[in-house]
Amino acid sequence: MASLVGSRVERKEDKKFLTGKGRYTADITLAHQTHAVFVRSPHARAQIKKVDITKASKSPGVVAILTGKDLADDKIGGLIAGWKIVSEDGSDMKVPAHPALATDIVNYVGDHVAVVIAETLEDAKNAAELVNVDYKILKAVVETEKAMDSDAIHKDIPKNLCYDWLLGDRSKTKAAFDSADKIVKIDLRNNRLIPNAMEPRASIGDYNPSTEEITLYTANQNPHLTRLVISAFNAVAPEHKFRVVAPDVGGGFGSKIYPYSEDVVIAWAAKKIQRPVKWVAERTESFLSDCHGRDHVTHAELAVKSDGTVVGLKVDTIANLGGYASLFATVTPTYLYGPLVLGLYNIPAAYCNVKAVYTNTAPVDAYRGAGRPEATYMIERLMSKAAMELGMDQVDFRRKNFIKQFPHQQALVHNIDSGDYDAHLDKALEIADYKGFAKRKSDSESKGKLRGIGFSTYIEACGIAPSAAVMSLGAGVGLWESAEVRFNPTGNVTVFTGAHSHGQGHDTVFAQIVGDKLGVALENVEVVHGDTDKGPFGMGTYGSRSLAVGGTAIDKACDKIIAKGKRVAAKMLEASESDVDFKDGEFIVAKSNKKKTIGEIAFACYLPGQYGEIKSPLPEGDEPGLKETAFYDPINFSFPAGTHICEVEIDPETGETKLDKYSAVDDFGTIMNPMIVEGQVHGGVAQGVGQALYENAHYDETGQLVTASYMDYTMPRADNFPELKIDYTCTPATSNPLGAKGCGEAGAIAAPPAVMNAVVDAIGTDISMPATAEKVWNACKNLKKTNSKAA
Amino acid sequence: MKKITLEVNGKPVVKEIPDNTLLSSFLRETLNLTGTHVGCDTSQCGACVVHVNGKSIKSCTALATDVEGSKITTIEGLASNGKMHPMQEAFKKMHGLQCGFCTPGMVMSAVDLLQNKKNPSEKEIRDWLEGNICRCTGYHNIVKAVKEAASKM
Repeated sequence: MASLVGSRVERKEDKKFLTGKGRYTADITLAHQTHAVFVRSPHARAQIKKVDITKASKSPGVVAILTGKDLADDKIGGLIAGWKIVSEDGSDMKVPAHPALATDIVNYVGDHVAVVIAETLEDAKNAAELVNVDYKILKAVVETEKAMDSDAIHKDIPKNLCYDWLLGDRSKTKAAFDSADKIVKIDLRNNRLIPNAMEPRASIGDYNPSTEEITLYTANQNPHLTRLVISAFNAVAPEHKFRVVAPDVGGGFGSKIYPYSEDVVIAWAAKKIQRPVKWVAERTESFLSDCHGRDHVTHAELAVKSDGTVVGLKVDTIANLGGYASLFATVTPTYLYGPLVLGLYNIPAAYCNVKAVYTNTAPVDAYRGAGRPEATYMIERLMSKAAMELGMDQVDFRRKNFIKQFPHQQALVHNIDSGDYDAHLDKALEIADYKGFAKRKSDSESKGKLRGIGFSTYIEACGIAPSAAVMSLGAGVGLWESAEVRFNPTGNVTVFTGAHSHGQGHDTVFAQIVGDKLGVALENVEVVHGDTDKGPFGMGTYGSRSLAVGGTAIDKACDKIIAKGKRVAAKMLEASESDVDFKDGEFIVAKSNKKKTIGEIAFACYLPGQYGEIKSPLPEGDEPGLKETAFYDPINFSFPAGTHICEVEIDPETGETKLDKYSAVDDFGTIMNPMIVEGQVHGGVAQGVGQALYENAHYDETGQLVTASYMDYTMPRADNFPELKIDYTCTPATSNPLGAKGCGEAGAIAAPPAVMNAVVDAIGTDISMPATAEKVWNACKNLKKTNSKAA
Repeated sequence: MKKITLEVNGKPVVKEIPDNTLLSSFLRETLNLTGTHVGCDTSQCGACVVHVNGKSIKSCTALATDVEGSKITTIEGLASNGKMHPMQEAFKKMHGLQCGFCTPGMVMSAVDLLQNKKNPSEKEIRDWLEGNICRCTGYHNIVKAVKEAASKM
């Protein structure tokens, strides 16, 4: 039988999307539904003196107007931060109250003040205009690096400091620096990004008075956890009376991992008014109130010997959390960032200090890569700078410091199980035609253009995550994954996963795994996800975890199916269980021609007796049915790594940066479907290029988000890219039986430093992201001035 | 309110709607053709692209009353007799979609490109699709899909 795993299997889910039959939350219409519009703060920081709904309540079509006071009266809890971080001085992180609808104070433009529910969307919009909120405007705290020296925006949180966290050993690092021949320093800003999944967030609440159950349809990557949080912390409904459905979801990139204020309010409101309530974000609302990503200011220093050996690293970062601490906000700049600052290099001594600050901006949380892009950007820019200052070749300097032996215990947290970094570097140099760069550079120069090449040899920690390890670091949840594999009596299979697909192609890849493992045709495997009423509790999709953790849970459930199948087959074939082998969907008795297909075995499991010619006795002690569940908790993170090489051509007269060549060689361990993996790399790289060249969330000094539309926030478009060259190397992960490492975030992690190192190489001076035409043009102009002065 | 008569995906439609109804809302809410998506509020993302008399337009930026008497084709009307259009087939074959949200607009836009130009170059494809934003694919396989469709049409 031809193997499905490893093949370019076309996606099972594509037809519905291509024919307009996808069903996203906004596509759902319930009988008697009402429409909700949120009244949001127009100010970055203000006291709410009064919310007057008198006039709005009389507006046509209004069903209800609910405020923070109503939430408090109903004892609905606020939003939570799910990962406890402890500061270097041993104190716990400081987290402000985060009511789903503000009562006393608003902390960013777009913060939620009231919800207007009406018969039509137009009625709700009109009434929302009439809600009169009396604000006392306060001075906003906006800039990341100034937050600690500004007014405290939350009660009892001095200096706006959530935590001052340290990873690593300061004294050991100092000793390493004392022994160094050279210290290379860099100051970096990791620009704030807005995730911009193409489907704006949406929520529909529906209360069933007969079962007293609330159903929340929501554009979410993580329906089980969303149900748990809204149930346990917001107390909207007990878990067994609360169903969360995340139907087709139009991209997430982290921004849909967590429950938002809107989810809490819409679920609660539906029960309160006893009618379905539908809310769909407009894009401007998404810009204002989706969690943003990145926003770090970092100073880092690298201690190097004159032969190019790196001996130590110091990293000091200020991370902006925005107005409140969102669900995974506190872990993103700490345990998802700090351990990764070492990159894939053997650096024996290091520390990473992170001060996380509150500002009057939208909450910042996990965005594709979450901490790892920030770490990679820092170390890869620093490595390039160090190579330049040492007068060493970029490639040789990196290669010299690569980790070469596996497993490798890093100086900070991670034990890397497998890898071969020379292999992906060599392959990348080849597909990028590094040898031809000098000629291309001189060709560019002859046209008056500047050409630069940039390297990014990156590593990430994925397969999130071994529960005991992360819980010891403060995680408020275990990060295992679940699966249920259900053989139906007629021989087809339904697979339930706790992971969630919103573009990743799980319907196909998980079916490939099951198809191969159980010998069932792909069209006879259905993958089900996104509904808490179907399948076991799961932890959702983020952190490149779905295959390594969720896929393994499926694999293990299949193992249990096969084990039971062997017992049943042995009984039916009157053989010893140890003589029964399972291959390509058949149970075969060794050294005989006796066999049963898995379909026959499944049928027998559901008909355990004699009926006419059907004779299928179950072994003693075995229950009828053929359905198995597995919960898989990984034993380690997985560590994808790779080399990305970028070439840019810059016109110094206009500052325009053209991405001319981009080559990526990644080691994702074992690959299930190369077509899908390539798609993940393309998309990740595009987001990384977006960060490097185009995207920037900009707040002005009063805390107004200046870039709150596609007219102002530059999304990468089709004409911004050349054809991307993609290849792989493979060292299988040893921490899961599939050998999978994860591929979803790699591009977004690797690309920003590859692109920026190329830009810096071309123009010969440091520049911050995004390298817009204006910035590059100014840098070229200033450089020209400096050069002419020097001459 | 205004009564409008038009043809949508080959079927006659007569509806009475408020004068200010956007074509995208008319398709999604009045006709329940939810394959046409709305991804922004500034006519930038292109998820709402449909054909009006064979020409691609952003349906979020047209009033339904303004296309009175027109022939509208939405993503739901592109397949014929249950067989996907070559552009839809090409998107599937080349993995030109991931989350699927931008896909209807992307496909409708790409079909119009090939109506105008039989064998567009890579640059022409990229330039044409500049008005459609995709966050998942990096456009790479979308461009490949359009080339593939061009070779089949």
